[in-house]
Amino acid sequence: MSRFPELLLLTALLSAPAAAAEAPRIGRIALPEEVAAWDLDIRPDGFGLPEGSGDVLTGEELFSERCALCHGEFGEGVDNWPKLAGGQGTLDHDDPQKTIGSYWPYLSTAWDYVHRAMPFGDARSLTSDETYAIVAYLLYNNDLVDEEFTLSRENFLEVEMPNADGFFVDDRATTEVPAFSHPPCMTDCKQEVEITMHATVLDVTPDDTTD
Amino acid sequence: MTDTTKKGTTRRGFLAGAAAGGALAATAARAGGPDPLITEVQPWAQSLGDGVDATPYGMPIHFESHVVRRNVEWLTADTISSVNFTPIHELDGTITPQGCAFERHHAGAIELAKPDWRLMIHGLVERPLVFTYDDLIRFPRENHTYFLECAANGGMEWAGAQLNGCQFTHGMIHNMEYTGIPLRTLLAEAGVKPEGKWVLMEGADASSMSRSIPIGKALDDVLVAFKANGEALRKEHGYPVRLVVPGWEGNMWVKWLRRVEVGDQPWEHREETSKYTDTMADGRSRRWTWEMDAKSIITSPSPQAPITHGPGPTVISGLAWSGRGSIREVHVSLDGGKNWQQARLSGASHDKALHRFYFEFDWNGSELLLQSRAVDSTGYVQPTKEQLRSFRGVNSVYHNNGIHTWWVKTNGEAENVEIS
Repeated sequence: MSRFPELLLLTALLSAPAAAAEAPRIGRIALPEEVAAWDLDIRPDGFGLPEGSGDVLTGEELFSERCALCHGEFGEGVDNWPKLAGGQGTLDHDDPQKTIGSYWPYLSTAWDYVHRAMPFGDARSLTSDETYAIVAYLLYNNDLVDEEFTLSRENFLEVEMPNADGFFVDDRATTEVPAFSHPPCMTDCKQEVEITMHATVLDVTPDDTTD
Repeated sequence: MTDTTKKGTTRRGFLAGAAAGGALAATAARAGGPDPLITEVQPWAQSLGDGVDATPYGMPIHFESHVVRRNVEWLTADTISSVNFTPIHELDGTITPQGCAFERHHAGAIELAKPDWRLMIHGLVERPLVFTYDDLIRFPRENHTYFLECAANGGMEWAGAQLNGCQFTHGMIHNMEYTGIPLRTLLAEAGVKPEGKWVLMEGADASSMSRSIPIGKALDDVLVAFKANGEALRKEHGYPVRLVVPGWEGNMWVKWLRRVEVGDQPWEHREETSKYTDTMADGRSRRWTWEMDAKSIITSPSPQAPITHGPGPTVISGLAWSGRGSIREVHVSLDGGKNWQQARLSGASHDKALHRFYFEFDWNGSELLLQSRAVDSTGYVQPTKEQLRSFRGVNSVYHNNGIHTWWVKTNGEAENVEIS
């Protein structure tokens, strides 16, 4: 919301001396146009978000044209292609459905990824406004906004992602590593051993190199 | 000449047959009669082979045509954002031949010529820089051998035994000697500002593959590599330049590297939120699970490499590795983990690299439940799958380093099984 304009300004101030920096011994100074062309990424705090906006209905049209062939009209996914909507409340189930709505912690990731890497096979073809609209439609499909909603740089950080608190930093060093770092048993470690599962029962392995 | 050719074809046919039925060949050798491969003059001992200009860049001999990367069609929606598998059941030693080293792409293997390659370093640096390939190779170089293991290697096996062969259960891995420039050298050229705590690495392909790496790792052992196993990187492995992130999950080894941005926070991009996060039984998920823990696998015998010679002297061969250091010991069990014996480590021992182990024994022809267990230089002991599941449940997708079991039957065939 109000945080990132200051950040952008701060970054502009910080990088200002760079343009005047002495040429390196190897390589050269990157020009501002070059950095702008490649530096498209967005952060959870909104850093990097460009001006622009898009609403759900515009997003629906764009999604239908550019995305629905693989992801389905409502983000439900076609065949093996990723589901983008649904699955909320399933993360502790046997087969969790991980979508933007059920799993992704930050909206910035959706905007960033759609803008830089989608549509699959025609990446970098969406404008900023188109990306705002498609992300608005994805929020709508995940029941997170109503159909009147318009997403913009101004209200971007107001959107609450259901699984924002669902992640914790790798704790193996304090949980698993100590538990697995004891001198191991070498002899008479257990009484019985029985086979409980066979891969050949499933029979999903390719047979030979012609498969 | 015609006679010789015919004879050669016949001999090759015989050899192929013998290779397919190793037990048969062993029996024939014991039969007592003179071996015609010795008593008759063979065509290769008489006529001439290929000239030195026949193969400017060679491929393996056609008898080895089964030693190739394999795809498992049902795993992914298409072959572009997909993975294939290294034939580790047929390899030995530790260096993976590049031509059969596994691939994992998110938008296909792109063709990027050296003259078209650019690397940009920007963000919280004193001076944003652009390097060409010719610039890059003027920096002081280092050579290191490291494993690259996909975070999802073995991921299909979390809920139980699925794929029958170590190529499929453990083959999202390769091990190469890399030549490259330490990332810290390039970052020093740009001058990282004190508030620069994270580095974003991005690839030049359409997936814009990007990951956040803490500055400590970036300044430690990360390499910007341009050669592997002595030659240029293969196209599918990031030609002309890729990132090497020793010990850490393969996804972070950004290929076709084009951009390094220094920032004060992680970016939390798609490949570190939606993907490469590990969901626990309670529905919460670990993020930033970068290190690949100590792991091992018996590559032979295995489902694709059965015992064909019958009872008697038998070689167990396998691989062990750890993202947290080198391998101190490998233990082998013939009885499903009731009893363990020390395996023999062979060859070079490098940090965060594959190690080859062997265990020689006299097989009496009875059933075996083969397992291997790695111990790394930190004292971490490779856990069982049950131990891992007790911490994580079965939905974490990534980072399965559990002990694997092969059931060897009395006929020498092996199967992927789970045991109690």
